[in-house]
Formats: sequence, structure tokens, C-alpha cells
Amino acid sequence: MADIAIEFIDVVKKYNDVTAVDQINLSIRRGELVTFLGPSGCGKTTSLRLVAGLELPTAGQMLIHGRDVSRRPASERNVGMVFQSYALFPHMSVLDNVAYGPVIRGESKHKAHARALEILELLGLPNLSRRLPSELSGGQQQRVAVARAIAQQPEVMLFDEPLSNVDAKLRRKVRAEIRELQQRFGLTAIYVTHDQEEALAVSDRIVVMNAGRIAQIGTPEDLYDRPNSPFVADFIGDANLVDGKVAAGCFSAGNLNLAIPGEAGNARVSIRPERIVLGGSAKPGSISGEIVSATYLGSRMEYVIATNFTELLVSRPIAEPRLGLKQHVSLVINEKDLTRVS
Amino acid sequence: MKAHGLGHKASASWLLLLSVAVFLLPWYKVPPDGISALWESAFFHAMAGRLWLLPVIVLPIVLLVVWQQRSALKRQIMTLLLLAFGLLSLLLQVSLIGLNGPLFTSVAGLFPGASTGQTGLGWGGFLTAIALLGLLANELADSGFCKGDRFAAAAVVFVVALLGLFVFFPIIKLATTAFTNPEGGLALQAFGARLIAPELWRLNCISSEGGSCGVVINSVVLGIMSATLSTLLGLALAMLVARTGFRFTKTLRAISILPIITPPFVVGVALIVLFGRSGLVTGWGAELFGVTPSRWLYGLPGILMAQTLAFTPVTFLVLLGTLEAINPSLEEASHTLGAGPLRTFQSITLPLLRPGLAAAFLLAFIESLADFGNPLVLGGGYEVLSTKIFFAVVGARYDLGNAATLSIILLALTLGAFWIQARWLGKKSYVTVTGKSDAGLAAPLPKPLQAVSYSIVGLFVLFTLAVYAIVLLGGFVNDIGRWDLTPTLRHLGTAFSVEMGGNGIEFYGSAWSSLKTTLLVSALAAPLTTAIGIITAWLIARQNFAGKRQFEFGTMLSFAIPGTVVGVSYVAAFNVPPVDITGTMVILVICFMFRNMPVGMRAGIAALSQIDRSMEEASQTLGAGGFTTLRRIVLPLVKPAMFTAMVYSFVTAMTAVSAVIFLVSARHNMATAYIMGRVENGEYALAITYSAVLMLVMIAAIVIFSALIGKRRLGRRVPDNAKPQLSEAVSVN
Repeated sequence: MADIAIEFIDVVKKYNDVTAVDQINLSIRRGELVTFLGPSGCGKTTSLRLVAGLELPTAGQMLIHGRDVSRRPASERNVGMVFQSYALFPHMSVLDNVAYGPVIRGESKHKAHARALEILELLGLPNLSRRLPSELSGGQQQRVAVARAIAQQPEVMLFDEPLSNVDAKLRRKVRAEIRELQQRFGLTAIYVTHDQEEALAVSDRIVVMNAGRIAQIGTPEDLYDRPNSPFVADFIGDANLVDGKVAAGCFSAGNLNLAIPGEAGNARVSIRPERIVLGGSAKPGSISGEIVSATYLGSRMEYVIATNFTELLVSRPIAEPRLGLKQHVSLVINEKDLTRVS
Repeated sequence: MKAHGLGHKASASWLLLLSVAVFLLPWYKVPPDGISALWESAFFHAMAGRLWLLPVIVLPIVLLVVWQQRSALKRQIMTLLLLAFGLLSLLLQVSLIGLNGPLFTSVAGLFPGASTGQTGLGWGGFLTAIALLGLLANELADSGFCKGDRFAAAAVVFVVALLGLFVFFPIIKLATTAFTNPEGGLALQAFGARLIAPELWRLNCISSEGGSCGVVINSVVLGIMSATLSTLLGLALAMLVARTGFRFTKTLRAISILPIITPPFVVGVALIVLFGRSGLVTGWGAELFGVTPSRWLYGLPGILMAQTLAFTPVTFLVLLGTLEAINPSLEEASHTLGAGPLRTFQSITLPLLRPGLAAAFLLAFIESLADFGNPLVLGGGYEVLSTKIFFAVVGARYDLGNAATLSIILLALTLGAFWIQARWLGKKSYVTVTGKSDAGLAAPLPKPLQAVSYSIVGLFVLFTLAVYAIVLLGGFVNDIGRWDLTPTLRHLGTAFSVEMGGNGIEFYGSAWSSLKTTLLVSALAAPLTTAIGIITAWLIARQNFAGKRQFEFGTMLSFAIPGTVVGVSYVAAFNVPPVDITGTMVILVICFMFRNMPVGMRAGIAALSQIDRSMEEASQTLGAGGFTTLRRIVLPLVKPAMFTAMVYSFVTAMTAVSAVIFLVSARHNMATAYIMGRVENGEYALAITYSAVLMLVMIAAIVIFSALIGKRRLGRRVPDNAKPQLSEAVSVN
């Protein structure tokens, strides 16, 4: 298919006995930004490095624009990578850093510098071109790293946790810039992060990884609203995981009884904390519980409520009336907010 | 398919080289049967009946055919098999057919017509081997070796081949020489007899009858005594520097560099001038106290003095490092628990120093075993292994078999010490501090210990100053030995006279030739040693490949072999075909390259470990291959390590004696060998003059190197400990 930019076919990567990436199959479309999300050690960075050619797969194939690059080193692929530490060359000026790719690929120094300046201008950094990387702020270094990766007009852009060295305050701005840039240039991009909020904010699609395997692929909405496993439900956002039984199209745990499709048997469901509505007095279809803890978080209140089957985490807007410890409340859970995860 | 094309381009160049080497270049260094022809290539010789050369001749043609193969996998497998076959056939024929035909009658059938024999390889032969290895590296890279990076794969293949040829092969050859008789037969009995010979092991010196002990006993006794003395001295120095308000720290550190730039023999000669039978101090002693002059210096006492002076700087640096690594809060804790300074030193500081003490001791022990210059000058009748080996090779009783046996014993002793050091000290590290420790001040040295340290150190400094005063003064006065201090340039004139002749300046002095060779060899060896050291460091620090552990071990081994053993093994290995290079300048350069490579390697590894690995990965993703990345990113960032390696290898090449003494020839004599000749003739003044000149040259060279390599600091990325520190480059000679 012409619009597939990157394809993993049964890709395996082992280091001695440790399997870092375990039989991954994945297609990434042109112009798409896909995030690899997962806890540390899940294989997301290894997968990214496999695309870059900084690691070669133990088994399986890696295609970039239909070309099998499984055995080709990074220098013979055309990928732009933004490293976690930025990896700017400390002995070269910003201009030389950005011009490095074009020069290596055979452009004249003059042309390469012109091109580098153009890109620096696009990124709002034209007056820094003569500085050394050590004379830049963290945010500026990050942008230079992006500029350097773009300068060679890569087939794929790779971002390895690009925000982990950016001030917490700046992160929102920088990630928006990256997304904007990616869409302006129509770049195919892979973005690695362990921060689920960042992943939800920038991605077209998210690949959640766990223990070297893909746990789920989908749009941010898919993953948040329809996680396919307890792992994904728990990793993306907060989730109440409730064990119970399904019989005759109805999920029951304690005195909670809600209609649910699917086969009968033991089941686990995920309920997002903000989807649980708290009522002052018992209503039909509601369950009752006692507030065990109440935490003020500025924008919202978080309650832990003990019911007769489990403790539930509930998040409510700050505007709602506050509830106190030991208070008995009724909880309303809608059928549509119930996602069966196992 | 751009990548595929690239692979073919590199392979095609190697194939071209192979074809040229096989069809056009002279295969042998000297044609074995004197036929003169335009091109005595392998092709020519094969046509003339040397059929064993056929495999490498057909190989380029077969490869061209195989490369037409469509399936990449089949092509790869077939190429790899062909290359393996080519290399194996080359290896077999060069190692089995000697000057006079097949080495063993049993293999004669394999090589029909080989009875004419063959000589050492020439350009054609060497380039064929290089081209085959290049092809192999390319093919390995294409199948994913070194992550597909051609340069890295080639670097691994060539460094392994070079280590094999110049480190392992000579040692194997040495062992073979020890086990066989000159005719090529197995001679285990002779080996056994030599191994248990009483002249090696007898203990007469401690028995009541008197007499001298065996060489092995002598070597070990000397090693233990000299290691003990220099460790104690080093400890005293280190404690003064680290634990008192000692003001001359910089002077001490400067003194600690002196042995590196001091040619061997110089200290010995200076000691003779001071304490010999007609020495200065001896003379004063006779005049003032009526002490009868004697030859007490020659033998164990003299060697011990010289070695202690030479090794103390090493032990000092090791112990200083250990002392400075002890967390001061441990000593403070001891004080708060009620222990006085002496008690604290005894129960806390000293036990924590133990690993450092052991390391210093073993290092000095190994150096003492390997030392050749001092026992030669000061030994008298006290024979040690290194001198015994030397005389078995160059003396009147030439006996390579005996030299090889002695070398194996010496090698076993040093490797054993290295093994203990690595094995035992590797585990016994007391470094408990992780992260920063800025709290507390080191406890000052207890008063009694301070007094002891000061007096020991005072003696050491006085001695060192006296020795170097002799060296600086001796060359420029009439006769230092008789305290005749009339200034004169006659010694300098004998060595380095220059006259304006008809053809411009003419160098008449007797030392010019050896000085020129020394400078040339050192100037060639320094960049080559640095290159191979840094490349090896880069391979070890940055590349992952099968067999990396063995590779690391191999590089360490070249470090552990005493120079005397290297010398003998090179004589055994490179005096005969296929690699027949003794008597050339090449062998001198190669010898230094592989002796000194580990220093550049260690400096390189230390520097690389401070550099963010992703910098190189960034360069790769930007399209730069391994070589470009090394040149444009890595090298500029490891400049300080390169400086260390350059200076060290240059200086060592100028002062080394133990290995080169076996390899010099009348045409290519080295300064140290020349000086040794002068010492043996008793021309001390000349020897001292030349040594002083050498030291001046070395200091000038260090200044020039530092100017060439440049000292631009790279922002915050270059940490303090990556700065060039000559003193850290001290190693086993």
C-alpha cells in the first residue's frame, strides 16, 4: 500500500536472553503521528531505535516506504531523530549542527548553511546560529535538535521522549509546537513517551506497549474510552477496576447490577472516576457507600468511597457541594461508562 | 536500492585490490628461486608450479560470478564461505610451507611441488590478506554484524587480525620454540630439563655453603623486595600529599612524571657514578671515614635502589588515588566514637587502604620482573630472568629454545600477578561512597607518622635530586666520576658533532644515526599507536559484536607481556617466513604500536565513557557512517585522550629498551640500544650526555604535541578527569 510509511512485520529484538521487543506487527501511515506509550522497559524506545536503525532486529522485517531496511544501518536510512538528551554536537555551532545532515549527505557547505538558516528561521531561532550548544537554554537546545533532524528532509521523524528535559511549565507549549510542525510539514512521526497525558495530547494514534508487546493500538479516544485490558485502562488515566460476574447480559458485583453485552462468566470492568455521579440520597439504580478519604486538588475533589464490594475512586468538579469524611452517599454509574476489560 | 548499491561499491573496491594483489604485485618479498620477471605475482608463481597459490587466484573470478546471483541470502552465504575458504587456504599454505619446502613431511601431499619452498610474503601477499579481510568485514556488516556499519565491522576484523598477528602469533611461536628442537620435532624432554634446571631454581644463597640462587628465585626475591620498598615509599609520599599541609605537592607530582621520560640505564649509571667503587660518595666515604671502597652496589642492592627510585612514582599515584577516595566522614565517625588519631589511622584508614596497597605492590612487582635496564647495568653477578633471556639470545651461547623457556616462566609470573590483581582486587573494593560526598575534612596524619613520612620522603627527594643532578651535570663536565667539574662540550661533541662540509651540514657524531632512527620510529609509532588505541577503545566502548569479551581480553594481554618476552617472541616469529620483517624499521614501529596501544585504549575508554552516546547516534541518523562519525564527532571530543596516548607512545618509544634491544639492527639502531653499548664500555659520560639530550627532545616533543592537538575546551562537556594527565599513563614497561 502506497500510503504506508513504516511497517513492522513480526519484529523481534533480543539482547542475549532478554526479549525487548516481542513479535510486533504495526503499520504507520504517511503523515501520521503515532505515539509509543508504556512504562519503562516496555520496549517502546527499542522499537523506535529499530526504526532509526540504531538497533537491528533479531528477527522479522522493518520496512520504510516499502523498502526492507532490516539490515541497513542508521546512516543508510533517512530518518530524523530528536534525542532525549538532544545530543547536540558540543564542538559545533548551532548552524553547523543543523547543516551537519545535508553536508554529510553531499550538499555543498554553502547550500547546507543556507538551508540550515532557513529552517532555523522557521523555528524562530535565526539569531542563535553562531552560538555553541552550551550557550543555549534547554528549550532552545530542544528546538535546535528538531531543526537538525528536519534539515535532512527525513522520511520519518522520531522523537525519543523529547519533553523529558523541558521545564514542566513549558511542556504544554513545546508539545503543541511539535504537533504543529509535524502537521505543517506533513511529517510521518513516531513519538515515544511514558506520559499518558502527553500521548493523548499529540497523537493521531497511540500504541500502548507492555513487556515488549503491543497492548492496544487506537486513537486517544479509543484508548481512553474503550481500553481492551486492565493494563491499558490503568495506564491511561485513572480507572476503577471492578471484579464481578456476568450472567444473562448483566454485570454484577456486590449490589451493583448493570447491563453489559458479552459472554457470561467472571469479568473485570473499568469505570473512570469522573463518570461516577454522587447523589445526596439514595436513588433507584444507585448503590451506597461511605467516604473514606476526601482530597482537595484545586480543580477537582477526589474521594475514595467504600462500597459493599470494593473501594471506588471518584473525581468530582470543585463546583459541586463538598462531601465530608464518613458521610454516606449514593453513587450512580451509567451502563455506557462500563468497559469490560477481561 | 541505494543501500545495496553502496555495499557493492565497497566490496568492489576490495575485490579490485585483491585482483591487483594477486595478478600484478610481487607475491614474495624476495623471489624464492631468483627468477627475474617483470611481475612476480601470485599468478606468475602459480604458473611456474606453485600450485598452492591457485585458490587466491581463482577467488576474485569466482566471487564475480557468485555476485551475479539474484537471491541476496544465497549470495551472502556463498560469499562468506568462499572468503573463509580463501583465508584458510592462505593461512595454511603460509604456515605449512617454509623456506625449504613443507615444514612437516606429513603435509607434503597437500601441496604438490612445494619442495622448492617459499620466502616471506611481499606486497602482493600482504595486500591479498588485507583485501580478503576487507571483503569479509563488508560481508559481515551486510549480514548485520556491528549493526550493519561497514567501518565498525572492518575495524573489528582488522584489529582482531592485527592483534592475532602481532600479539598472539608471536606468543604461540614462542611456546612452539620452547617445546620443539630446531629441526622441528617435539622436544618435551629438553623443555622439561630446561624448566627444572638448577640454575633456575637452586637455593644456594640461603644454604650454608654459600653461592648464588637460581634466576627465578633471584627475580622473585628482587620483585618482592623492590615492590615492598616502593609501596612503603609511595605510601609515605601519598600520605604527605593527601593528609598534611605539605606545600610541595606540585613538585612531587612533577617528580612522579620523571621516570616516564627517563631513559633506562640513566638511573643505574648515576648510581654507579655516586656509589660505584670509584664513585663520588664512595670517595668521600673513604676520605672522611676510611670506608674501604667495595663493589657492594653491583647486585641486589644496586638494582633494588634503582628500581625503588623508578617504581615509587607509580605506587605513589595508585595510593594517592585510594587515599583521596576514602570518605573523610568515616574517619570523622571514628573520632566521634572516641578513637584517637593513631587508633583511627590504624583501625580505619589503613584497612581501607589495603586494596590500594595490594594494587601498588603487584604493579611494582610486575614492573620489577619486567625490568631489564637496571639489572643489566647494576646486576653484576646477580642474574634475573630478563637479563638471562637477553644473553640467551644475543650472547655467545645463542639458544632460542632456552630463551623461550625462560620467557614462558617470566610470562607465567607476570600473568599470574596480573590475574591475582584483576581477580582478587576486582572484588575487594571498599569504595562505599556513591554520589557526592562533600562533607568533612580528611583527618590529618598522626604526628609520629608524619615525622616518619617526612624523613622517608626527604631521603627519596634527596636521592632523586642527586641522580638527576648527575644526569644534567655529567654530560657537560670533564669527568663527573672524579668530581672534575671543568665544563666541556667534548662528550656532546663525540655524540653529536656537526661540521660544515662541502655538501652542507654533515653529521659526524657517533650518535646521530641512532637519534635519527629513534626520532623517526617514535614519530611514526606515536600516531599509529594512538590510532589503533583510540579505535580499539571506540570498539570496546561503543560497539556490540560477537566475541567482544575475548577481544577485550586480547587487548589486555598485550599489556601484560613483559618487554623482554615480546622481544624474544618477535625474534622467534618474524625472523622466518611468512612474515619476515626482522631487521627492518617496520618491526620496531609495530612492536611499539602493540606494546603501547593499551594506554591509548584506556585513555580513550575513559574519555568515551564521559561522552553521551546519543551524540554518535545522532550523527548516524543524520547520515554519517561509522568513519565519518568517528572523525567528525568522536575524535574532536576525545582530544585530551589522544594527547595522552600520543605523548605516552612517543616518549615510551624513545625510552623503551627491553623489547627493542632484540629487534635493532646495525642499520636501524635505537638510542637506548646505543646508550646501552656505551654503558657496557664504561663510557658513562657519553651515555649521560645522550640521555640528557633525549630528555630535552622528549620535553620539546610534549610541548609540540600539545600545540598540535590543541587545548580548546569544549564547554561543559569535557569533564576534569578527561584532561591529559601524563602521570596516569604510567604503565608496565
